[in-house]
Amino acid sequence: MSATILGQKVAALPRKQPRDFAGGAFTALSGAAAALIVLMTAVIIGDVVLHGWQTVTWEFLSGVPREGMTKGGIWPAIYGSVLLVVLMTVALVPFGVGAAIYLNEYANPDAPFTRIVRFAVHNLAGVPSIVFGLFGLGFFVQFVGVQMDRALGLDVTWGQPALIWASLTLALLNLPVVIVTTEEALRAVPREMREASLALGATRWQTIRNVLLPQAMPGILTGAILSVSRGAGEVAPILFTGAAYFLPYLPTSPTDQFMELGYHVFVLATQSPDVDATKPLLYGTVLVLLLLTLLLNLTAMLLRARLRANLAGRS
Amino acid sequence: MVTDVPTIRTRVAEVPPQDPAAPAVPPTPAHLIAEDFHLFYGTNEALKGVSLEIPARTVTAIIGPSGCGKSTLLRSFNRMNDLIPNVRMTGRLRLTDLDVLARSTDVVDLRRRVGMVFQRPNPFPKSIFENVVFGLRLLGVKDRGELEVRAEDSLRRAALWDEVKDRLDHSAMALSGGQQQRLCIARSMAIEPEVLLMDEPASALDPTATARVEELILDLKSRYTIVVVTHNMQQAARVSDRTAFMLQGELIEYGDTRQLFTSPHKRLTEDYITGRFG
Amino acid sequence: MIPSAGPLQPGVNVARRRRLQRLREAFIAWVLRACAFSAVAGLLLIMVFVFREALPIFTSAETQREANFLGFFTVPNWQPVSDVPKYGLVPLLVGTFKIVFVAMAFAVPVAVLAALFASEFASPRLREILKPAIELLAGIPSVVLGFFGLMVLASWLQSVTGAPVRLNAFNAGIALSLGILPTTFSVCEDALRAVPKSYREASLALGASRWQTAWRVTLPAASAGVAAAILLGLARATGETMIVLMASGNAALGTANVFDSARTLSATIAAELAEVVVGSPHYSVLFFLGALLFLITFVVNVAAGLLVDRLRRRLAGA
Repeated sequence: MSATILGQKVAALPRKQPRDFAGGAFTALSGAAAALIVLMTAVIIGDVVLHGWQTVTWEFLSGVPREGMTKGGIWPAIYGSVLLVVLMTVALVPFGVGAAIYLNEYANPDAPFTRIVRFAVHNLAGVPSIVFGLFGLGFFVQFVGVQMDRALGLDVTWGQPALIWASLTLALLNLPVVIVTTEEALRAVPREMREASLALGATRWQTIRNVLLPQAMPGILTGAILSVSRGAGEVAPILFTGAAYFLPYLPTSPTDQFMELGYHVFVLATQSPDVDATKPLLYGTVLVLLLLTLLLNLTAMLLRARLRANLAGRS
Repeated sequence: MVTDVPTIRTRVAEVPPQDPAAPAVPPTPAHLIAEDFHLFYGTNEALKGVSLEIPARTVTAIIGPSGCGKSTLLRSFNRMNDLIPNVRMTGRLRLTDLDVLARSTDVVDLRRRVGMVFQRPNPFPKSIFENVVFGLRLLGVKDRGELEVRAEDSLRRAALWDEVKDRLDHSAMALSGGQQQRLCIARSMAIEPEVLLMDEPASALDPTATARVEELILDLKSRYTIVVVTHNMQQAARVSDRTAFMLQGELIEYGDTRQLFTSPHKRLTEDYITGRFG
Repeated sequence: MIPSAGPLQPGVNVARRRRLQRLREAFIAWVLRACAFSAVAGLLLIMVFVFREALPIFTSAETQREANFLGFFTVPNWQPVSDVPKYGLVPLLVGTFKIVFVAMAFAVPVAVLAALFASEFASPRLREILKPAIELLAGIPSVVLGFFGLMVLASWLQSVTGAPVRLNAFNAGIALSLGILPTTFSVCEDALRAVPKSYREASLALGASRWQTAWRVTLPAASAGVAAAILLGLARATGETMIVLMASGNAALGTANVFDSARTLSATIAAELAEVVVGSPHYSVLFFLGALLFLITFVVNVAAGLLVDRLRRRLAGA
């Protein structure tokens, strides 16, 4: 069959769309890629749970490492991790939330200062965690700490790797997380709420404190939890800023070193003289770390889902 | 019970007092004046030299097709347009004797004197009671008894008291749209403004709720100066004493409502009210 | 009917109260601005203090006797603790490249295809399984992925590939891909979902199949975002430490074979910094590696940011 168009003979177009077999195959392939991700996630978590659950007993959680870390528990590492993230959160959340409030409620989006801050937030999020570790050592330990010792006339107290420096390093690492999630939460508060409050004679800060922050709270919490989860799992930034291989005592002061779950996993996995003897302990520690971070993540996910559902229900 | 203690009122203290020994008076409704008022969004001139005077204790309606600048004008009187970046205003706006646009004018004080009700009801996700006393708390009123009296008074004036008196601690979000809007009106009235600006207050409501809000506007006239923006000409005719007709950023005609609707001076006004465009 | 409440009496001198309030407002605005500045200060401090510790390489004659910039690229070996320390970066750069290449080669197709699946083909129910799975994967600490690469993946991959050593660049690359999949997937999926529905409808209405629509219309429209996703994955892969430290074998060999053991820039810092003397040439060189990592990831991230901006503008202005 043929047709004539503009005096030229052309083949007639088929009446039916050709079946897109290749497309079907690629669609299936994309599904397989998605399935692969789910599968790998399940394999990792499954492997850890399967090999680790028998180790995680009360003795394991509450005991201290013994016999060259081939026996005993991980209490000092749990304690150190909790202390670390608590200090980090205290340092981090006020700055992160404050910065987000500024960016979303005060700043002129086109002002150079605002652009610079956004640029910094974006790029801070991309700095490798090991570079944060170097920074923590170079700035907090070797500069701030050493200067503090000099000013206070102390022996080496602050000028060495310590809990406080590790927490502050992690705080800076997580600053973008809190800023971004808080901003998202503030942006989700409808403009009408701001107008209603301002029209009643509220000042900007009164509007933020009485109207915006309460409504943005789930989002802010999400950010804080995510950063805690990330803080509990990051090892590279604390390698040189305060984490200890083994400590016979629990840290009591911000200038003490500390044991930490993630670092403990690294130590057990790579520095053990007897791999087979440490294996159960290693799996147990990984399981505890994984449970901790995944539960925090799960909480954050649920909070966020509820937040989004609320928003959807309102409009 | 709150006793009448002679005190200088909030706003009087800010404004140079006419009478140095100002006695305790209930808020005097103010009048609004615009003189050659222009407003620009960037380079786009949204209001092109509007001049009008809105007398105290009247209801004034501003009508006109969408985008004519009626809401923009309304939102200029309490400087809500300040929230939008790149807004520039010239000319003069006055609230009785206060220069609204002056750099020295405190917008927070201004907004206490000029209340606003928005197109869509916007209660805070708090209890009914907390919504009504929101502005009072900002003013530093802490006494529970006084808050309760004032909340009841505002809710009664907004004709909402009987419907909500048993559930003041329930969330305001659970109220119907019409109730929410009356709650927003009560919330505005609680801080005793002199002027109430209403931006299409009934456009998101059903006919029954609309009727209630309109009744309310008529009731409130004795205490406030009310300016209502509406695209609904019947509504303007029902509730207002005076009507302003705007088109493309200009004030075409302004005058007594009955006269404007029955024998308008301008051809454009006539075309609009007879539905030839809009 | 209750008697109408009396006039509102804030109780204190109102003008003074308002003045104080204005001061407070200005103070709060200033504090918040300072908080926002903390992000800028943080980034600047990172640059200054990482570069500062690397500076002796360029300024101190003593350091330069042991380690100098030219030597980084001409010395063939990385042997910082031998009698005559050798600081050749080539083996580390080769190792980094090998591992990142394997990780990208695996992660990019999987992430982009899975993102296409999630945004174009998956039913809402399937998406509700996929998204949390990705978030869970993103929530797994990198030290756990490293552990998995070391303990489980390595043996399995060795039995499949027959590699002579368990811990090698290939193994580390695969483990590393797990670490960058979530970022790449999420950015990619966001970009795809930002493509207006009207594009898809137009394509489907012309008789295109769903795959043809996804491949020829949606993906090209989101290409800037997909490129940004790949770049962000690249930056993360280059900087990631714990996974490669644990799963790569850490031998600074510099061979092209991906089944040889390898060592990256980041793993070198992590493995060696704790043992060096502060201020020694070795210390400065490790900070130099950090500065190098910072620069590489910074450039890649800036490029990704520009691409995301371009995507946003294009979809907004189109």
